[in-house]
Amino acid sequence: MHLTYPAVLSVLLFCTGVYGVLARRNAILVLMSVELMLNAVNLNLVAFDVWLSKAARETLHSGQALTLFTIAVAAAEIGIGLAIVLAVHRNSGTSDIDRLRDTAEGHGDDDPQAPTAAEKAEATA
Amino acid sequence: MNLAATHGFLSPTGVEIAFLLVGLVTLGAAVVTVTTPQLVHAALWLVVALGGLAVEYLLLTAEFIAWVQVLIYVGSVVVLLLFGLMLTRAPIGRSPDADSGNRWAALAVAVAAAAALVWVVVDAFRTTWIDLAGAAAGSTEATGASLFQNWVLPFEALSVLLLAALVGAIVLSRKATTDPVPPPLNSRGVGGGSRPVPDPSNECTGPAEQDGTVPDDGSGPTREPRSDAPPGRGKGALPDDGTGSTPDLNGSVPGVRSGTAPGGGEKPARQEGGTR
Repeated sequence: MHLTYPAVLSVLLFCTGVYGVLARRNAILVLMSVELMLNAVNLNLVAFDVWLSKAARETLHSGQALTLFTIAVAAAEIGIGLAIVLAVHRNSGTSDIDRLRDTAEGHGDDDPQAPTAAEKAEATA
Repeated sequence: MNLAATHGFLSPTGVEIAFLLVGLVTLGAAVVTVTTPQLVHAALWLVVALGGLAVEYLLLTAEFIAWVQVLIYVGSVVVLLLFGLMLTRAPIGRSPDADSGNRWAALAVAVAAAAALVWVVVDAFRTTWIDLAGAAAGSTEATGASLFQNWVLPFEALSVLLLAALVGAIVLSRKATTDPVPPPLNSRGVGGGSRPVPDPSNECTGPAEQDGTVPDDGSGPTREPRSDAPPGRGKGALPDDGTGSTPDLNGSVPGVRSGTAPGGGEKPARQEGGTR
């Protein structure tokens, strides 16, 4: 198999993830885009590991080992990320990352935004 | 150079064609994931993209990675994402504000990065072929041997990382239970929950008792003092029952109830109609 097939697919998936991270507004959709970027990196690692394991004859399978580590780190990342998103949603009432201007937990800055967030939650629920 | 001589650009093999088709499906699902205005659909299209990537791993003979991908990503990460969408009260239908205002700048950045990277990658690996013949490079035996011979220490460190992530997620989630309940949620829950509940309960028990008493009344008027005797109005309704027909009796029994149950403007009117 030509090496450019998985490499180009990996590049396109990574740029799709970049677009998602930059253009999405909901925090969970941003996390999904981060998952897409991690998967693009995984595909690149696996493709180059398969190429090198046949070309170099003696290898540590470092690409596949690193892919497994990346998958495990991504699972941990999605758990922590969702916990943070839920905590932020509980404190400020929204998971819209354009509204989260400060990371402080106080309600002093959130008071003008709190009724709009409550209305939005009720309107969507 | 030998490989380059035997392979050609314009004669793709079957594996390459399969890789290309699955790659198109995967890329399309990924594009829909980052562009759809429906949040739950984005998570479901992410399943298609991740499953397509698992098929790509299988085509690259990395079977252990493929099944790990299916188990962890499709099995748990997407489920976690769906739970997150539900817990943050994501709208089910189309949400017009799913995309930020700077989406055109994001599109320009993504297209520029894609063009530059594709150009560099294709130019760099133009004459490189993966040899997929022979033993699978990523079989479970090869992966396990290399993982537990050469990568034991990072593997153990990874278990510590997972433990730290577990504890961290629990700590982040526990913080709400130790806090007092936030005021907007509490006030909305009480204000929305306390008022509508008694009204349907009264209106539900009223017709239910009405339906329960109507067959007894229709079976025999002599059971009437036994079933609903206590106030004087019950006996006041009895002579009317003897003179009138059963619809009057149906009207009289809820009329007695309407004196006890609050609400319902129809029932006293029906009671007066029954007594007349």
